[in-house]
Amino acid sequence: MSANPLRRHGVMFVVVTAAIVTLAIFPKVAQPYYVTLVLPAFAYGIALLGFNLLFGYTGLLSFGHALFVAIGAYGAAVLTSKLGVASFEIILLVSGLAAVIVAIPVALLAVRYVRIFFGILTLAFGMLFHSFLFKFYDLTGGDTGIRVLRPRLLGTEFSELDKTAFLIGPYYYYCLVLLIVLGFVMWRIVHSPFGLHLVAIRENPRKAEYLGVRVRLFRLLAFAISAFYCAIGGVILAINTGQADPELAYWTHSGELVFMTVLGGFANFFGPLVGAFTFIFLKSELMSITQYWRFLLGVTLALIVILFPRGVMGVGQDVWSRLRRNSA
Amino acid sequence: MVALETQFGMSALIETVGVSKAYGSFVALDGVSLAIARGELVSIVGPNGAGKTTLVNVLTGLLKPTAGLVRFKGNDIAGIGPVALAKRGMARAFQLVHIFPALTVAQTISVAVISQTSKSRHLFASIESDTAVRARVRDVAAIFGLAEKLEAQARLLSQGEKKLLDIASAFALAPEVILLDEPTSGVSSGDKHGIMRTLVDAAKHAGIQAIILVEHDMDLVAEYSTRIVALKEGKVLADLSPEAFFSDPEIAAAVVGKLPGKLSAEVR
Repeated sequence: MSANPLRRHGVMFVVVTAAIVTLAIFPKVAQPYYVTLVLPAFAYGIALLGFNLLFGYTGLLSFGHALFVAIGAYGAAVLTSKLGVASFEIILLVSGLAAVIVAIPVALLAVRYVRIFFGILTLAFGMLFHSFLFKFYDLTGGDTGIRVLRPRLLGTEFSELDKTAFLIGPYYYYCLVLLIVLGFVMWRIVHSPFGLHLVAIRENPRKAEYLGVRVRLFRLLAFAISAFYCAIGGVILAINTGQADPELAYWTHSGELVFMTVLGGFANFFGPLVGAFTFIFLKSELMSITQYWRFLLGVTLALIVILFPRGVMGVGQDVWSRLRRNSA
Repeated sequence: MVALETQFGMSALIETVGVSKAYGSFVALDGVSLAIARGELVSIVGPNGAGKTTLVNVLTGLLKPTAGLVRFKGNDIAGIGPVALAKRGMARAFQLVHIFPALTVAQTISVAVISQTSKSRHLFASIESDTAVRARVRDVAAIFGLAEKLEAQARLLSQGEKKLLDIASAFALAPEVILLDEPTSGVSSGDKHGIMRTLVDAAKHAGIQAIILVEHDMDLVAEYSTRIVALKEGKVLADLSPEAFFSDPEIAAAVVGKLPGKLSAEVR
């Protein structure tokens, strides 16, 4: 509760601004291939901001959040392909709300449990949704899924642009703005009284309860918010690939969400964002080098957990504080 | 029902009437009736297994009694749970230190201050700029001598400070009644009286109307209680003033096995 938050967050403010500027000029200077890699990083960045509200802040590790990413993706698919809705804003809103509607009953059951029981329960719901997508061919297109058509952004169609030009042009900037806005909203949430209560619940739910905190209700709210963010990420992903398929809901995809968050560092607000970008670029580089990229990714995660349990952001913070000590 | 209500008079803040709690065939509490009025500090004593913890859990609405009534300010609170209890004005601090290790002292106290307002559901409000909350947090911290430690993480405090923070956060709920479960356990015997003195002063300062103390340490019980309720095998063995309690060596010995140093000399 020190006096001037702007001064306290001064360094962070500079770094964040620099990151936004870099991302804004990136399409102008980088090859289109690398620009298209940033889009899934935006998508996962947003999804993980939500995921980490539940994991890092509330202390609940879900192994089923790919469910909500898939709801976002299928929301975009159904709305554009089957219902003829082209407005990106409506797609985002409807898919996000659909995820919240599904999240509430799932959370009502899941937040009664913690730790491994919570994890297994969310995993089960994820698998349930995966088999629904897989088996109900008429509704979901089975294993091939549903195509996702190009949406209109703020009412504009951009029909003069080909697919790549659309994606690395207007769509890229739209998603960047989404990331900034949703990132700012999440920043406010974790620094609000609500956010403080979530951390209290993570630290000691029994004590929180005796201090008048409605533990289950707050866990449920965090779950619903995280589902909304994951669905927004799912919409962005699906429009990028042009396809919504059941693999999005598969448990290994949930595992990737956990992987990215741990990679970036779940103890830090920006950790999941850093994790999303690191993962996407690392995976792309490893895939271009060797067919054993999964093996190398696994080794990377194992090393991070053993050597740098606070993830990339943790290493960054350590280096920064060492530099500051040395210069002082 | 009317007869029960008049049994202890209407001034009772908390009362149990014929409370029993059984787990299968094991009876933890057996027809416990007691009443606690404003201005009292009632100690609940008894050997291990006497039913103290069960009674405390019933009194704080955590356990529903198998039979009998438990009322707080005239309302039934059987099994209402800790959140509802905090809202109604009863707080509890545990025997083992309960803190939020990663939160600072200020944040810990804020949790309690905020939870009692509608602010807890504000998703976008800033805690840092809430001067009313900050002022209240400073006041509570000052009472417990934690004013200099506001920005310290709870896990880095000394054991005694953790204990004080645990209790301070319960006080921050501005309760009418506070239930303290061995508040000085795990604290060096030199600090014991310091903590108890701080607690009793803080209670007066904060307008707390009654304190329920579960305590093994008979020195503390003798010094601070206005009344002592002794349990044995789930029943009330004695409900006496400290003078009466300690002047009856049979009761005292039945409860504590033997009397500790200073007291045993006095009794003799």
